[in-house]
Amino acid sequence: MSTIDNSAATAAVALERPKKGMSIERAQGRIGVLFATPYTLFLIAFGILPALYAIYLAFTKKGAFVGFDNFLKVFKDYRFWPAVEHVGIFIVVWLVLLVVLVVTLAILVHSIGLRWFSGTMRFVYYIPGALAGASSVMLWLFVLDPTVSPVSWLLQALGIESFVGAVDASRLPIVLAVIAFWTGAGGWIVIMYGALNNISKDVIEAARVDGAGPVRIAWSIQIPLMRKWIAYMVIMSFAGGTQLFVEPRVLAQASRGVVGQDYSLNQLAFLYAFKQNDFNGSAAISLVLLAVAVTLSIYFVFKGGLFERA
Amino acid sequence: MSAPNSEIVGTRLKDLTPGAWLGRAFGVLILIVFALFFVVPLLWLLIAPTKTDRQLLLEAPFALGDLGTLLSNWQSLMTFQGGLIWTWIGNSVFYCVAALVITLCISIPAGYALAMTEFRGRKLLLVVTLIVMLIPSTALVLPIFLELSAVRLIGNPLSAILPFSFYPFGVYLTYIYFSTAVSRDLLSAARLDGASEWQVFMKIAMPLSTPVIALVGFFSFTGNWNNYFLPYVTLPGRKAPIQVGLAELLSNVPAFNPTNAASTTITLSALALATLLAIAPVLLVFLFAQRYLVSGMTAGGTKE
Repeated sequence: MSTIDNSAATAAVALERPKKGMSIERAQGRIGVLFATPYTLFLIAFGILPALYAIYLAFTKKGAFVGFDNFLKVFKDYRFWPAVEHVGIFIVVWLVLLVVLVVTLAILVHSIGLRWFSGTMRFVYYIPGALAGASSVMLWLFVLDPTVSPVSWLLQALGIESFVGAVDASRLPIVLAVIAFWTGAGGWIVIMYGALNNISKDVIEAARVDGAGPVRIAWSIQIPLMRKWIAYMVIMSFAGGTQLFVEPRVLAQASRGVVGQDYSLNQLAFLYAFKQNDFNGSAAISLVLLAVAVTLSIYFVFKGGLFERA
Repeated sequence: MSAPNSEIVGTRLKDLTPGAWLGRAFGVLILIVFALFFVVPLLWLLIAPTKTDRQLLLEAPFALGDLGTLLSNWQSLMTFQGGLIWTWIGNSVFYCVAALVITLCISIPAGYALAMTEFRGRKLLLVVTLIVMLIPSTALVLPIFLELSAVRLIGNPLSAILPFSFYPFGVYLTYIYFSTAVSRDLLSAARLDGASEWQVFMKIAMPLSTPVIALVGFFSFTGNWNNYFLPYVTLPGRKAPIQVGLAELLSNVPAFNPTNAASTTITLSALALATLLAIAPVLLVFLFAQRYLVSGMTAGGTKE
């Protein structure tokens, strides 16, 4: 035994006796580990452990393993599938708005020769990005209330007579999509503008010499070359959209129950934890949402083509 | 195809054919309509606190009120529950600044380590960081809440500060910055001159990293300031930050809750003023740091 221990020790000593280059490499490795450790601890504590704990809660009840019972219970909840439908419709409306308008506006802004005008437009589009969460919804409460709205003429033209009418079930997905678009579109327009700037001018010039008009150039050259970024926007927005929470929550509070407390999946998960004291059910819903987000994220990291070097 | 040639970069207007001119004018019109869409609600918000509720209801939406009304709205907001709004704003400042400091202390070294050093598990850490970075932060809110309530941290300021400080996007930005903007040769040269690894980081890498520190700082601060869901579940009542407080105010506005019997009420104009106060810090950061933010957002995805 002792001889083996000994030889292991000698081997270790031998390995530790390095040439100059080796020691630099090891010093680097040591400082690398030292620098990465605090962050790694946070990653574990607030990225990985919560997910593992949610998995544990979702598959147990009072500490005993119950298989898929919590999931089945949640799926049978009369509020679950309507919430899926609400979130689904919202996401479809929002993604269509985003893709069509962000791409169009980015191409239009990019086509403007006057630099100050193009810059001003991008800036104006981007400012609402400063508002997110409760404050942007709060602002939209005013915009959607025909009695005080700055655009009450528009609301009336659309047949909206009151705030409650504005957040009526038939209009709600559109209203939520417009709020989300208002807050987030500017950032994406700026990103798409950057992508357009990366397209070589020679390619565009060659197409123009061949007689292609601006629509043709946009459709056959610019949009295909922006594909990665459009995919990035769609995947990120899809993942974000499934998480819908603050908008319907604040609207629910302001609309006297016209918008339900259980409109979206996250609201339902919240109700499970806070109103029914059912952490297991809450974990089950969260886990379904988290699984969607993680799947999209992993897919994009490996297939999206934006992070090749990672 | 004889489509209007409106897309020409830098072409003079007088050189355009009538069709092209029309196409171009139409494009500009669309851009302006959307500019109005984005900016009108904000302009209205700047004006609303200068009016009384009655003026809000009856006068033209963009007619200015007066300074006296603004002051009285300010007064009524400040006296609401003994200046609760300042407690909320103070909480926000505390949580966001504490999280900002921790974020910078852990993200900058981590991004440096990922970009400039080799260690076991580096690649794994990088891939996991990427994956977690792309997950919407709201997806982890309830799991984090469940975890924090298991360790009895709910209601403690740490229950906001610690999760706020975990910012994988910041690590990624720093990683990108160091791997593209700082040359490894420079660091090697310093090592050959006898600098220790710590000195290399402090004396060479840190002075070069001011732009990325600013960038990570902006994103972390604005993101946390606007975060609603997490503090809403972990820090109720007087410990809430302003975003949560704002929604709380809403339940004291009779216009939106006619059945509410609360003794102190908030007028619509005061609510608009509160919204304005809640967004002011982030709005100022946006207005003055727009260039930084924009370049950072694009850097978030490109890796040349």
